[in-house]
Amino acid sequence: MFGFVLRRVALIVPTFVGVTLLAFALIHLIPGDPVENLSGERGMDPERRARLLHEFGLDRPLAVQYASYVGQVLRGDLGSSLTTHESVAREFATLFPATVELAFFALLFAVVVGLPAGILAAVKRNTAADYTVMGLSLTGYSMPIFWWALLLILFFSVQLGWTPVSGRIAVQYDVPMTTGFMLIDTLRAGDMAAFRSALSHLILPTIALGTIPLAVIARMTRSSMLEVLREDYVRAARAKGLPRWRVIVVHALRNALIPVITVVGLQVGLLLSGAILTETIFSWPGVGNWLIHGVQSRDYPVVQGGILLIAAIVITVNLIVDMLYGVINPRIRHA
Amino acid sequence: MPTPDQFRLRAGALAALALSALVAAPALAKGTLVYCSEGSPEGFQPQFFSTGTTFDAVSVPMFNRLVEFEIGTTNIVPALAESWTVSPDGKTYTFKLRKGVKFHSNANFKPSRDFNADDVLFSWYRMADDNHPFHKFTAGQTYAYFDDMGMKNIVDKVEKIDDYTVRYALKRPEAPFLADMAMDFASILSKEYFEAMLKKGTPNAADVYPIGTGPFEFVSYQKDATIRYKAFDKHWKGRPKIDNLVYSITRDATARYAKLKTGECHVMAFPKPADLDEMRKDPQLTIQQKEGLNIGYVAFNVEKKPFDNKLVRQALNLATNKEAILKAVYQGNGQVAKNPIPPILWGYNNAVQDYPYDPVKAKQLLAQAGYANGFEMDLWYLPVTRPYNPDGKRMAELIQADWEKIGVKAKLITYEWAEYRKRSKTGEQAAMMFGWSGDNGDPDNFFVPLLGCEAVKGGGNVARWCNKPFEDLIIKAAQTPKQVDRAKLYEQAQVIVKEEAPWITIAHSVRFDPLRKEVLGYKMDATAHHYFNNVDLAKQP
Repeated sequence: MFGFVLRRVALIVPTFVGVTLLAFALIHLIPGDPVENLSGERGMDPERRARLLHEFGLDRPLAVQYASYVGQVLRGDLGSSLTTHESVAREFATLFPATVELAFFALLFAVVVGLPAGILAAVKRNTAADYTVMGLSLTGYSMPIFWWALLLILFFSVQLGWTPVSGRIAVQYDVPMTTGFMLIDTLRAGDMAAFRSALSHLILPTIALGTIPLAVIARMTRSSMLEVLREDYVRAARAKGLPRWRVIVVHALRNALIPVITVVGLQVGLLLSGAILTETIFSWPGVGNWLIHGVQSRDYPVVQGGILLIAAIVITVNLIVDMLYGVINPRIRHA
Repeated sequence: MPTPDQFRLRAGALAALALSALVAAPALAKGTLVYCSEGSPEGFQPQFFSTGTTFDAVSVPMFNRLVEFEIGTTNIVPALAESWTVSPDGKTYTFKLRKGVKFHSNANFKPSRDFNADDVLFSWYRMADDNHPFHKFTAGQTYAYFDDMGMKNIVDKVEKIDDYTVRYALKRPEAPFLADMAMDFASILSKEYFEAMLKKGTPNAADVYPIGTGPFEFVSYQKDATIRYKAFDKHWKGRPKIDNLVYSITRDATARYAKLKTGECHVMAFPKPADLDEMRKDPQLTIQQKEGLNIGYVAFNVEKKPFDNKLVRQALNLATNKEAILKAVYQGNGQVAKNPIPPILWGYNNAVQDYPYDPVKAKQLLAQAGYANGFEMDLWYLPVTRPYNPDGKRMAELIQADWEKIGVKAKLITYEWAEYRKRSKTGEQAAMMFGWSGDNGDPDNFFVPLLGCEAVKGGGNVARWCNKPFEDLIIKAAQTPKQVDRAKLYEQAQVIVKEEAPWITIAHSVRFDPLRKEVLGYKMDATAHHYFNNVDLAKQP
């Protein structure tokens, strides 16, 4: 196990180089100019323009810019935003809890609904239940997030008035942010009304962001379960006269979970990218919303730093998932 | 293991919790107005930045200028200066300052004195003097408007005559100077506050936690979520009627509209033109509208053939059906432009005759210019929606079809928005769509940056048109003290622009601010800011 972890950690080095290079190249490849972006129709005083280019280090050759960026990152400095002049790391740290909170609930929603739905579809194969689950999950999977999110807002918030439209909490609650997680902070403040408000603000974004992972998990669980249910040991368990639920949950599900867990792990990357759209529409003050604005204003340090930090998180989560296999199925051992 | 009954109980409790969460939020605290704004400010400092979003969040609610625009007009009225005099040569402006104006306070700062001349000099020299101790703290911090408007070339020095008198000495007579002083970048900061923060070793704090003299005090900011303000009890014009002001930052226009409908906000910024009709039908909403202080136009690069020929420019003017553009692109929310400045601006020449839509005459002019069979050209169109032009592509297609009728084949081209502006400055364009939103209500603010000879060098004059008689008029107008005399000069200048036709003046758009019925006393601003100084909320039943 230790060797396995060590080898995976060693892989981080080339991944880091790849991610920084890719983020750097992509943001520089798209047309646009961060300094030009700071002015509108008026245009910019040439002297101010030259000063800004110099202070941002954008007057140097690209290779030099990249090298100095990597050096800076290795020293633990992600630079400052070109628009707000705030430290990228600090902005990320302020906004990241909101994204984690949303992604956590979206994943929870996807697993809590997706897993039983997949099991149900597998057990009741070729029945109305199966077709319903599979039909809905295909629909969910094909749904463009922004459209789905707007639909949810228009129906639940505007038509029915059940949920708030957007934001993390109603504006009348000014809860001191200590952890950055709204649910925790409202509980710490002991304000139940604020907690309920925060919870109600989570509902629609959770559904919007969780729908695609839910569909993926449901389909994966179904196919994996179907395979396992055909195995000899399942037939043997049944023949022994074990109760049906015990065969499904203990004998079949545990083995069917391995590919499902891989998929759940991969969803983390998907959730963070899906958060970009979801957060923009729901005015959710997280890193997705921040990153898309960074791209629009060609805020190079924000985009590069944001992508790097998100990549680091995805890599870590996948490493943890790989280690979890061994826990779920002791037959898998990491040499 | 829970028994089935216990399980049912727990499930029931969970469902109840979920339901109670679904119940709509309780009504807002009395006197809290929520404004759904379109984005986060770049920072809380009125001098560094140049976007309307930042001004709306910083200089508008929290700061004052020596003089200001009367809300809803571009009339200049006294603010922190009670009165002012201009020397006969137009080069010296003396301001008498208002007494008893209080600054805000916060946890780290309690002002010990009222606003005075020291604050005026501090605010100015922080921008103007490179060696000022507060001039520069961080990389990338620049004084956007001060630099871009070339204030250094206009103002020679600012002097304190006594505690309540300051004198601005200009390098040349400059009549628009007073209007410049009403702009956001000329907001007055507290010298005492900055010095106190420097003493504490946190000079940056003064730019992050703003202290001004404006109607609202800063409370808190959660990035990309909310900005909170409270009414400033000691505001020199009297306390605002509402107690709290909250900006709920909502980038998506559809979500802003939805929040307005559900009552999560009272006023929203920048509605989508497509939503306006539905908004008008909603009995809970009011739509205010105001003629925009703007112009959308197509500029011909007069340095390039065949646009160096006036007849060609006139022919293309005649061949463009503006009424059709107004209907299709602006959906009626605008008016056809015949001058480079909008009719709400003083100095507008209503006697100017616009080119009618007349393809036959256009063809004649083209033949006269030696292009009987037309020609091929590039037409650049706007890649983004701008206040003065909701849909550049659609406009380009209509123009292309119009010109086709007189044999001119336009190839439509565009670039990413920053790239578009950058390229336009190099003179690469043959003809391009562009526009302008005025920010100080002086005609000079349109003519000089857009059509003046200096602006050819700077790149703001994308027609690259430099006309001696026109230039003489606008320079003379800038140096003439009296508004009535200036207006006459600008009127003449507009006649020349129409005749020479460096542009096709397309439209002045109309702006809209949707708000809920319970909002009282809201007035739209001429320069597209959002003021809540005089707003009140009706008591809800």
